[in-house]
Formats: sequence, structure tokens, C-alpha cells
Amino acid sequence: MNPLVEAISEMREDDAVRIANEMLDQGTSALDILDHCREAMAMVGKRYEAGQYFVPELILAGEMLRRISDIVKPRLAEGVAVKKLGKIVIGTVQGDIHDIGKNIVTFMLDVNGFDVKDLGVDVPVQKFVEAVKEFRPQVVGLSGFLTLAYDPMKNTIQALKDAGLREGVKVMIGGGQVDEQIREYANADAFGKDAMAAVALARSWTT
Amino acid sequence: MKENDMTRENWKQLCAAERFEAHFKAFMSPEGVQFATPAAERAYQDRVQMLKDVVQLKKPKRVPVCPIIGFYPFAYAGVTPEEAMYDYDKLGLALKKFHADFVPDSLAIAPVYGSGKVFDILGYKLYRWPGRGVPPTAPYQCVEAEYMHADEYDEFINDPSGYFTRFYLPRVFAALEGWQMLAPVTDVLELPFFGPYIVPIGIPKVQESFQKLLEAGRAAMEWIQAASAVDAATLTTLGLPSVFGGFTKAPFDTLGDTLRGTHGIMLDKFRQPRKLLAAMEKLVPIGIDLGVRSAGPQHPVVFMPLHKGADGFMSDDDFKTFYWPTLKAVILGLIEQGNVPYLFVEGSYNHRLDVIADSGIPRGTTIWMFDQTDMKEVKKKFGSWACFGGNVPVSMLKAGKPQQVKDYVKRVIDDCAQDGGFILANGAVLDDAEPANLHAMIDTGKEYGVYR
Repeated sequence: MNPLVEAISEMREDDAVRIANEMLDQGTSALDILDHCREAMAMVGKRYEAGQYFVPELILAGEMLRRISDIVKPRLAEGVAVKKLGKIVIGTVQGDIHDIGKNIVTFMLDVNGFDVKDLGVDVPVQKFVEAVKEFRPQVVGLSGFLTLAYDPMKNTIQALKDAGLREGVKVMIGGGQVDEQIREYANADAFGKDAMAAVALARSWTT
Repeated sequence: MKENDMTRENWKQLCAAERFEAHFKAFMSPEGVQFATPAAERAYQDRVQMLKDVVQLKKPKRVPVCPIIGFYPFAYAGVTPEEAMYDYDKLGLALKKFHADFVPDSLAIAPVYGSGKVFDILGYKLYRWPGRGVPPTAPYQCVEAEYMHADEYDEFINDPSGYFTRFYLPRVFAALEGWQMLAPVTDVLELPFFGPYIVPIGIPKVQESFQKLLEAGRAAMEWIQAASAVDAATLTTLGLPSVFGGFTKAPFDTLGDTLRGTHGIMLDKFRQPRKLLAAMEKLVPIGIDLGVRSAGPQHPVVFMPLHKGADGFMSDDDFKTFYWPTLKAVILGLIEQGNVPYLFVEGSYNHRLDVIADSGIPRGTTIWMFDQTDMKEVKKKFGSWACFGGNVPVSMLKAGKPQQVKDYVKRVIDDCAQDGGFILANGAVLDDAEPANLHAMIDTGKEYGVYR
């Protein structure tokens, strides 16, 4: 295994940053380094799916990626176009500002090759509608932690329908208190218990 | 309870079990409470007895039904959460109506909703509350951030109170920004050295901060009098005790929720594990003291919401290293004082049950309330040593049908309650529900939960 891939996937932060610097000094291109990072992130995602890694490992992996990107970006001639599996709009619904779960889902979708537009927290219904119009995703993900997120989920999906956008997208919902009962209540296409479920749903809808 | 049982010297002589009895005796006959009717007083005592029985793993008269209530009473009564935090008459109307209509076995206490007026004066930045950053219809919610910086562990460990005063409070309260300029109170030693402590108090910004604090204190007094009257009215007429006397937290959550944030504390686990562990050790006596003091002499139960140790938040090894040891120490410290830790286990804890059940916490001293944890497993592993309960899905209370709720409650009681030691409740905090479904939960629990 490439030492950079190994260091990142084994959670050795200092080694990862040192190796990235050395590779750059020895003439490895910025693009290649970022490719190694992508490979490592995919491994981290796999270990999370397998129940070997948890929230702390995802957070540290994200942090290592950020630090290495900061180092190599100045050497990058232009933005890199990577072929993505599909487009996803995601956000925490109106009235709810919880984002730990949503951020994990965004991370996992991203490392699994999706182009994710994260609208943040307390996202008004209209903002979801506009994002779907502009970004044209195949999938919309609605997150919420509170029981008071149920109605905003329902209202957001209704608004997509009213705007004539519902047919063109699949909607998945998730959060601590979301289950099949709420999927039915909110008229979503599916719900997910965790980030792995979100990835599996997105895959099934885009490939 | 006799006055002198609680004096400091006598208290020291008592063992944990005697302290437990003393707390429950005081809880059973609360000082200064005048019940409206003898029936209300009997109902109150029956309910306290049910709680005591379940904690001690006995069969009570019937399964106590103690729902975990958030902002639901206001939605039910047509009052917004914003009104509940600013208009104490409406706060009272809604809570009185809720309790009179549903009659659970426990009181949803008024002070937990807080006073928006107090937070406005202080410019509280840690939370957004209804009408201040979230819609008037939403409950208050915490804004996670690194209020304590990664390089401040040493300051925190050396002097937690000083750290809170000079670093944390100025960051979470706009009105207290000036406190950054305060000197530690431990500087005050001798006459010639008093200057450096007292002079900063004269700085205009510091003066302003104390003016604001005085103003907030006056607003808080007005609020707590109103809120206490609301609770007293329900307690004395319906005979509903509060399940909670005081509160405290797991040291990992204290640091992870509102000081370092999830992002910060998870990185600390890798980057500075020794400092993280040392800071949590420091929080153990502080957490015990908070629980004991906030519960006071008249109530045994200490509420502890558990957040960042749930399944998925960390590996089993990390749970055993970082989350559980200091939490266990706080639990044991509370038990030693005769208090009853009430662990509100949010999310799921399927991977943690064995660690907790094998940990040597004395039998019949704690309450564990679960949400999405497998209740049959809980019964198997906790049934012989700790009271537990919870689990009715809030999704069902919102979007299900009464018959469905009824069936679910019966199943939970069949699976878990046969030997006593069980409290019926919803799994997560209730902000939203269909009234008929909540009635179905409470009424079924009361009817089906009778021990014969």
C-alpha cells in the first residue's frame, strides 16, 4: 500500500502530513497526492461501513484531508474534474439546527463519489425548492433530529411536489427519530437509519 | 424528615442506603407543601412510593407512567415555545392544562423551559431559542462550537472555575465579555496585593457586565417565582411529583457538548488523549457536587442525559477508555450520597449494555431510560440489578394511530415489566405528538400496568 494511503487510513495524522510534504518535495504531482487521499478516504468509509471506524475516525480523516489539501493546493494548476456518480442536495430541515448526523452522511456520500450540495441547517422549504431547480440533483436528503422536524420534512416534500419537481427526484429522510412511520407521514421515498443506508439508497437511485 | 437528620455531621454518619432512605422520606413528605385535598396528597405519596419501588426493583402497585416531555404541552395548549419562554402566564396555563388533561405520574417541570428574558439580557450565544435564531414554534437548540480552544486544557485543568469565569462565560454570554479582564479570585491574598484583583472591576466594560448580571438576576427571580408557582399548583392539586430533583452530566459530554464540541473532542481523543482524560477526571467531583446540590435534600433523583457515548459515536474500546470510567465515577459518587442517578440514554446503546451491566454499580440504585436500544436485551442484562424504562417511539406518538400505540405499550409491558423495576415512557423528548396517541400511551400504561 502507498505510505500516504496507509497513514491516513490508519489514523496516523502526523505521518500523513509529513509524507504528503515529502512526496511533494520529491516531485510527486499535487494531483497524484490528492488521488492517494481519495483512495484513503474511500478506505476510511469502508471501515466505517464495516463497524471498525466511528465518528472520531471520520472527523480525523476529514481533518487530515483538509490539511493535506491546504499543502498541495498552491501547486495545483487548476481545479480537477472528477467524474461523479450523481448529484445530491442535502440539508437539515427548517427549525432544526442539528448537523452531526447530516455531516456524517455528507462525508460518506462524498467519499463514495457523489456530488453533494449541502445547504446547511434550518433550511427553509423554499431554499430546498430553489436548490433542486438550479442544481438538478437526482436525490434530495432531508435531515432532522427533533420530533418537530417531521412536519418541515413533510412540508418540504409537498413544496417540491407543488413546484412540479417531485417526479424528478428521489427523497430520503433521516435523523435520530426518523423511521418507516415518518417516511410514510412525510411522503418520502425512503428513510435511512445511518450514513451507510444513505449511500446504499443514493447508489440504488443513480446507477 | 426530622430537621437534624440532614445536618452536616449527621449526614456524614449515614451510609449510602440510609441517605437514600432519608432522601425518599423527604421526597414523600415535602416540607412547606400544602396539598389542596387529602386525595391529592395520597395520590402524590402513591406515586413517590411507585418510584421508590421500581428503583429498588420491587413490584409497585402498577407500572409508573412518566413520559419525557419537551415542548409538547405548548403545542397541545395552543401556546408557542416562544410564548412559553417569555410569557409566564401562558407557560402556566399550558402546563396546567397538559397535566390536568393527560394526568401522567410525573410532573413536566416549568423551569426547564428557561426564561427568554434572562437570556436576552445576557446575550446567550450558546443556544438559539424560539424567536431568537430559530422559529417561534421550534424548541431551544444548542449551537456547537469550540468555546474552549484546543490549547486551553492546561488552564482548564489547573482551575476549572477560573477557566469558566475568564474564558468560557465571556465567550458564551455577550454581556460578560468584559470578564476576560478579571483576575482569578485566588489572587486575593494580602492587602498590598489586592489591587490587581479589584482594579479590573472598575473598567467600564466590566462594570457594565456586572450591571447586566444584576439585571438578569432580577429577571431570573421574577421568572423562578412564576415557574415554581406553576409546578406547585399541579403538584398540590393533582399530586404529581417531578421525577427529577437535580441534574448533572457525564464528563465526556460536559466537554464534548458545550466546551470543545463534537469535532473538537473527537480530535482531542487522537491528538491529546492524556489531557482529555485529565480534564474529565477533574470534572468527576464537580459533576457529583452539581448533581447532589441541584437535587437538594428533598429529592433523590439526578437527571443525566447521555449524548456522545451512544452506539456509532465511538468504538467499544473508546467507550471503555474515554466515556465510561468518569461517567461511572459520577454515578458512584451520587449513589454514595444517597442520590439516584437517572440516565437518559439517547439513541441506541446496544453495544454498551455489557460494559455497564458488568461494572459493579450497586443493585437497585439507578434508573436507565432507553430510546432505541433493544428492550428485551436490556431486560435480560439489567433486569436483576437496575430499574429501566422508556422506548415508546416518538414517531409513533406523532404519526401512528391510538390502537397501534396501545398494542406497542402492552408489548413493552409484557416484555419488560413483569418483575417490576420498570417505568413506562417515550424514548426521546416529546415536542410534537397527536393527543390521542399520548392518551393511548398513558392510559394503556395505567390500565395494563397494574400488578395483580
